[in-house]
Amino acid sequence: MAVTKVVMPKLSEQMESGKVIKWLKKEGDRVQSGDILAEVETDKADVEMEAFGAGVLRKILVSAGDTAPVGALIGVIADESEDINAVVGQAGGGAPAQAAAAPSAAKPAVAERPSAAPPQPKSEDHAARKPSPSRGPEAPTSPRVAEVVAQQPAASMAPAGPSADGGRVKASPLARKIAAQSGVDLKLIQGSGPGGRIVRRDVEASQSAPPAAAATAPALRPVAQPAATGPEFEDVPLTTMRAAIAKRMPLSKAPVPHFYVTTEVAMDRAWALREELNALDGQPKISVNDLIIRAAALTLVHHPGVNASFQGESIRVFHRVHMGIAVALDEGLITPVLRDTQAKSLVQIAVEARDLAERARQRKLRTQELSGATFSISNLGMYDVRDFSAIINPPEGAILAVGAVRKVPVVTEDGLGVGRRMALTISCDHRVMDGAMGARYLQDLKKLLEEPLRLLV
Amino acid sequence: MAVMTYREALNLALREEMRRDPDVFVMGEEVGLYEGAYKVTQGLLKEFGPKRIVDTPIAESGFTGVGIGATMVGLRPVVEMMTFNFALLALDQIVNSAAKLNYMSGGQFNVPIVIRGPGGPAHQLAAQHSQSMEVYFYHVPGLKVVRPSTPMDAKGLLKSAIRDDNPVIFIESETLYNVKGEVPEDPDFLIPLGEAVVRREGTDVTVVAYMGMMYRAMEAAEELAKDGISVEIVDPRTLQPMDKDTIIGSVRKTHRAVVVEAGAGFAGMGSEIATEITEEAFDDLDAPVERVTGAQAPMPYARNLERAKTPTKEKIMDAVRKVCYANGSR
Repeated sequence: MAVTKVVMPKLSEQMESGKVIKWLKKEGDRVQSGDILAEVETDKADVEMEAFGAGVLRKILVSAGDTAPVGALIGVIADESEDINAVVGQAGGGAPAQAAAAPSAAKPAVAERPSAAPPQPKSEDHAARKPSPSRGPEAPTSPRVAEVVAQQPAASMAPAGPSADGGRVKASPLARKIAAQSGVDLKLIQGSGPGGRIVRRDVEASQSAPPAAAATAPALRPVAQPAATGPEFEDVPLTTMRAAIAKRMPLSKAPVPHFYVTTEVAMDRAWALREELNALDGQPKISVNDLIIRAAALTLVHHPGVNASFQGESIRVFHRVHMGIAVALDEGLITPVLRDTQAKSLVQIAVEARDLAERARQRKLRTQELSGATFSISNLGMYDVRDFSAIINPPEGAILAVGAVRKVPVVTEDGLGVGRRMALTISCDHRVMDGAMGARYLQDLKKLLEEPLRLLV
Repeated sequence: MAVMTYREALNLALREEMRRDPDVFVMGEEVGLYEGAYKVTQGLLKEFGPKRIVDTPIAESGFTGVGIGATMVGLRPVVEMMTFNFALLALDQIVNSAAKLNYMSGGQFNVPIVIRGPGGPAHQLAAQHSQSMEVYFYHVPGLKVVRPSTPMDAKGLLKSAIRDDNPVIFIESETLYNVKGEVPEDPDFLIPLGEAVVRREGTDVTVVAYMGMMYRAMEAAEELAKDGISVEIVDPRTLQPMDKDTIIGSVRKTHRAVVVEAGAGFAGMGSEIATEITEEAFDDLDAPVERVTGAQAPMPYARNLERAKTPTKEKIMDAVRKVCYANGSR
């Protein structure tokens, strides 16, 4: 009976580490293949982790509440008689990083390459470096899966440009020192030196970059405030999700050249249509956002250039629309994906989008529901936002930012009237498309929303 | 302060030290009647007489040995090499006697000898007379090695060398003898051995260079300033002992370094300084230390080939741009 290594599974393309929420088995418990061993918090969702082998859970190496990099050994399943010292010892340098320490993606790649594993052909090694959803551990079928997972950490590093060659970030010693002092993650920086070396000016530029969202004017506050007592501030540790957002967003905003196009849509008829639909008995309620999702998806079918992704040497144009729908959570933001949106009726969209949003709030989404979007929509209308611009979620090529439907004075044929208006701003990757493409897309989207009966046919 | 040539500054240093200390004497080929192949000893025979200004046969090993012997009976000889390339003939005396007597006699003998003369590339002196001879000497424990770049340094450092109780290799340059500069007339003006000097202050890159290369680095710095690159130039002046603190301090400020040397680069002074910088200031470096050195070839006679072998202003500028990641970087 073999020893089965329990490693931190890679549950999404971006996942680099996971936090063990709790162990459902304790050391000494007998486990069968498929038993739920633990719950793991990733950057996106809480996921149950299954056992890939049978035996006794001999050793837990990462206790509940601690974080481990993808591929790191977090436990060992083996027969009671089996000597597991060698396996446990291997964890050594790749031992789980404590929650406070920045998880190093490079460590497990070295520490976890099991010495007892059969030598892998070189080509397979290369394959493992490319992120490939099909290699994910979602449906383990053979004991080798544990090893596949162990090989995966390299994949998590592939997307970041500077670290593409095996994960080592090339940076000058000075750049490293400054980054360490100022808490800048070198993996997020594009080096401008020879061979992509990160040098001082790159780190300094990343520090001086303006914050993503400028603070708005403070709301209504009493002028005279009582003298403050207690500490002046507190440092709140990053949640896994906040850390993921903090890491992902500069990867978009810095390398992706954004441009923005805004239009205003007359929503009077769409509003009326929605009220009419929602007055019908036995029909699920339709939100304004559902109308926009449907309209955006239908319009994308006619503007495939906007439903596209920059691939370095080429542009990938998608024939189907997988709509990412940004859902605000207390601790951050998550973007579940509504697949084949272009083929779904308004009612289907309403039902599925609500389900996705609810499960997102409960953090019960499956990993496949969190990846693969070709376009995204972010709606801040419920916060009475007039308009805003969103940051593209790479590798998508565009994102639509939706403001509130507001009653505003409008000029009619007879003079001045009251109308419902809504601002739409599309953020586009200029490497994929140009201003006119974004504008034409918005023009058609506006037309569709202003003639909303088309959404029903 | 008086303005004088590098040659006059050396002459003044010899004169002052001979007046100050009757044990100091000068020995070498053509130093007396001919007043020196490069006129460094001009007027000395007249002032100090043939007992203290000694013309020798063309026999470097012999008169260097005589000089070392003289130190053992309490004298302080200044031995002139007509060019330092000829010191190769005296290498055994210098390396095996001068450098080691203090150690091998258990400290019974000091060897306060100065061996001086011009070295390094000049103008079309060809393969045998253009060598950067310092590399042969700074590797030997027990020797001090000085390369003074300005008239002021020539005077201050030669006087310190004469007063030093250890053998000092003091290499001048044919190309610098006519360089003029301010020189203090104070007979007690000294520049201590082992002290580097910042010749030009800057913020973006440290260029370490001495002798003719220092002047080329200055020209490069002027040129680079037009592009907004601020170059700091450090002149080590003494190669052994090396003033690491000044060099490292400068690199800690600028975060980049270029080392220039006229001789071939392999295992040269540039390698040594680059290594010191890497060891001491690794975390302060924003780029690998760049060396600009002579080519690994004998010095050609032809003017165009001589230029191709030697570090030029343009080569120094390229190296600076490279470590600054300015245009021209790979």
